[in-house]
Amino acid sequence: MNNIHKKTVNRRDFLRYTSLTGAALILGIPNAKASGSPIVSNLSDEAAAFNLNPFVVIEKSGKITIFNTKPEIGQGTFQSFPALIAEELELSPDQYNVQQTGGESKFGNEQFVGGSTSIRTSYEAMRKVGASAREMLIAAAATQWNVAASDCYAEKAKVFHKPTGKSLGYGELVETASKLEVPKTPTLKDPKDFNILGKSVKRADIPLKVTGKAVFGIDVEVPNMVYASVERCPVFAAKLKGFDKTETLKVAGVEQVVEVERVFGNYKTTGVAVVAKNYWAALKGRKALKVNWDYQGKETFNSKDYAQYLRDLAKNEGIVDKSVGEFDKTFGDSTNKVEAFYETPFVAHATMEAMNCTAHWKDDGKLEIWASTQVPSDTMDDLPKRYGIKAEDITLHTCFNGGGFGRRLAIDFIIEAVNLSKTIKKPVKLVWTREDDTQLGPYRPPTFSAMKGALSPDGKVAAFQHKVIAPTILSFLMPEQDKTKVDETMVEGISHQKYDMPNMKNTFVFADCHVPLLWWRSVTSSTLAFAHECFIDEMAYKAGKDPLQFRLDMLTKDSDTKRVLLKLKEVSRWDTPLPIGKGRGVAQWEFFAGLGGCVIEVSKKANNSVKIDKVYVVIDLGTVVNPDTVKAQMEGCVVMGITAAVKNGITFANGKAEQGNFHDNPVLRINEMPKVEVHILAEGGTTIKGVGEPGLPPVAPALANAIFATTGVRIRKMPFDLDNLG
Amino acid sequence: MAKYTITVNGKKTQVEAEPDTPMLWVIRDYVGLKGTKFGCGMALCGACTIHLDGQPVRSCQTPISTVKKKKITTIEGISENIDHVVQKAWIEEQVPQCGYCQSGQIMSAIALLKAKPKPTDDDIDTYMSGNICRCGTYDRIRKAIHRASEMM
Repeated sequence: MNNIHKKTVNRRDFLRYTSLTGAALILGIPNAKASGSPIVSNLSDEAAAFNLNPFVVIEKSGKITIFNTKPEIGQGTFQSFPALIAEELELSPDQYNVQQTGGESKFGNEQFVGGSTSIRTSYEAMRKVGASAREMLIAAAATQWNVAASDCYAEKAKVFHKPTGKSLGYGELVETASKLEVPKTPTLKDPKDFNILGKSVKRADIPLKVTGKAVFGIDVEVPNMVYASVERCPVFAAKLKGFDKTETLKVAGVEQVVEVERVFGNYKTTGVAVVAKNYWAALKGRKALKVNWDYQGKETFNSKDYAQYLRDLAKNEGIVDKSVGEFDKTFGDSTNKVEAFYETPFVAHATMEAMNCTAHWKDDGKLEIWASTQVPSDTMDDLPKRYGIKAEDITLHTCFNGGGFGRRLAIDFIIEAVNLSKTIKKPVKLVWTREDDTQLGPYRPPTFSAMKGALSPDGKVAAFQHKVIAPTILSFLMPEQDKTKVDETMVEGISHQKYDMPNMKNTFVFADCHVPLLWWRSVTSSTLAFAHECFIDEMAYKAGKDPLQFRLDMLTKDSDTKRVLLKLKEVSRWDTPLPIGKGRGVAQWEFFAGLGGCVIEVSKKANNSVKIDKVYVVIDLGTVVNPDTVKAQMEGCVVMGITAAVKNGITFANGKAEQGNFHDNPVLRINEMPKVEVHILAEGGTTIKGVGEPGLPPVAPALANAIFATTGVRIRKMPFDLDNLG
Repeated sequence: MAKYTITVNGKKTQVEAEPDTPMLWVIRDYVGLKGTKFGCGMALCGACTIHLDGQPVRSCQTPISTVKKKKITTIEGISENIDHVVQKAWIEEQVPQCGYCQSGQIMSAIALLKAKPKPTDDDIDTYMSGNICRCGTYDRIRKAIHRASEMM
């Protein structure tokens, strides 16, 4: 994260920045002759008989291990990433084990999950890894049999000789194969011959997750481990003045009380850690602590004033993100204008597994870490510099993540646990409470949007402006941010929609914020799409047009966006009127991670309230690896999108977050879950788009647009209350 | 500290703990079964759901001193070989995403099916609304419960 401040970066670049060297390693497959040494210590003695490349190990026994560089956070990479290799290597899903990598340099610098990048950036590279292994095994069999390689083929972990039908298992071929040259341009399978890719293959992590056997970070236990809970000031950016540990030390099981620093980019705070023999004792000890904080004047910070500050900033012209034609003149001269102001809140990630990390700073100076993290590579990049130790002396065990949603792109909770272990010289499991998790950030930033539009006499968009007013995530992650340039991560997508707009000027106004901010599943696309796509709806009504047709009319050229909207029109039976009291809304969003759209149907209840009946989702992928996983991700996007639209979010008073747990920071529950119908556009071809995030941005605007269509109430602020639309 | 003899998944275990220690931490950190999860610590999310004599309870709000001789069942105790109908249905419907809440979801679903072998969607929504899933697996949970009901 350190070397990115020199230029403006978008979110994908940011996530991939440290990864550029990794691509070479993945594509340039190392020499197979390095077969002498085991590549991972915890494989059996037989390991590394065939060390073709870092990603596959075939043992003489026939045991096959594929390494997954993409942490499993629920999105299914434990299945989908290894499947890219397994498909080309002709393995069925039950013929290999999957092992999660821990940021080791031999696996490259792309060991992270974020930006919906996992499959779209690995699709070809990992297939090549599998294909080259397959070709070497076939060549090895041909050599052993003294036949032509062209007469041999691979199937289900065996190589067959076509004319005779004889076969050898991969394990029997590894010794010969390991002496062969690695093919530089292996032939990839024709997609029509795929056995795994494109199919709804069952996920290997699911049996572990229905038996309680999946090991999440919080489940780690190491010998002589102690437990810790940390009291941190709920007033953001406060400093520790002092503490009285007398009563805490009287609690049975408490061992010691020490200071510990949490570091999230530029945001550094010191808390007081209670270290105990068990976690319950640590919690009780923490309650007995007396701590003095210096609030640094931040104790007056509150949501009401902050919202007003953002509204006031909207008077500024802002920095131009994109300008087309003559917006100012066209808008100024227009007699048919629309203007609106949209507001969105801070929200917490609220992963079900609260932040935690187990760290052991050992006597010999080596460091071992167990964590649920989205960023093994970043972790292994950061820690050696931070602590002045070699990367080889750090072992990171990447566990199953109990939710990520972007929260685990930050390593503040890892650094905190390492700091604590370094101080107390013991292995320690540091577990955040739900209240810590809710109250300490980092949060998704709020974005406010000043929208302006002008309609031409024929009811089309003549001029359009989306001005974004927002604090920035990068101000926490970069040493110094150049505020004369647009922060592209904060205006995501607003200038990249496919609508024809002859005059458009999108701008950005920087806001300051001391409350830590971070990426959150689709990040600013999740808030900007709300303003953008609701405002398009406002313009459609002003023009007296059907909102979906209004959009299609602006898509004069063929585009994926147009296909998505046409598909939505078809599957939602848009042109068929709904019964009285029901209505529907549409929205789409395209950004670097991908493209999705949805139509939401609601029905009117008494007292100005509505119920969500049904959500139709169309996701445009080009190529799909696991349709059922994609479907699950879309269902998840709908739930998270609705939650962020209609539940509290995070608000502040007296410098602190006002919410603490699921009672005051509620998330959608099963009784609030609408029916979801997912359609995947994936006709194959070279395009491959992201999955994890693109289903989310259209949810809130489609819902708000449906509410308007049904009740006439125009929603311009998130969160909104479905039971009291105001 | 006090000594307790508790029965977890049919096995008697001796535990020395403070009387107010929630069963959640007893099960996880003393007995060493990690399938029962910490989610909120306030009985708001259901991730820590276990059975006491077959009845679902939130283990984060169940002090060890209150358990007495009641039989404790955790996710690890519901079947030997992933062959409980609810587990099978969960796999068939590919319910879990991150999976963190699913032990609690399954323990609640088992209790629901015991109380109501043929639940409607409304029954499911009412009974399961105490279990949060942040990944959004709710519709699959409904389908899996119906499937399990048919398999019983």
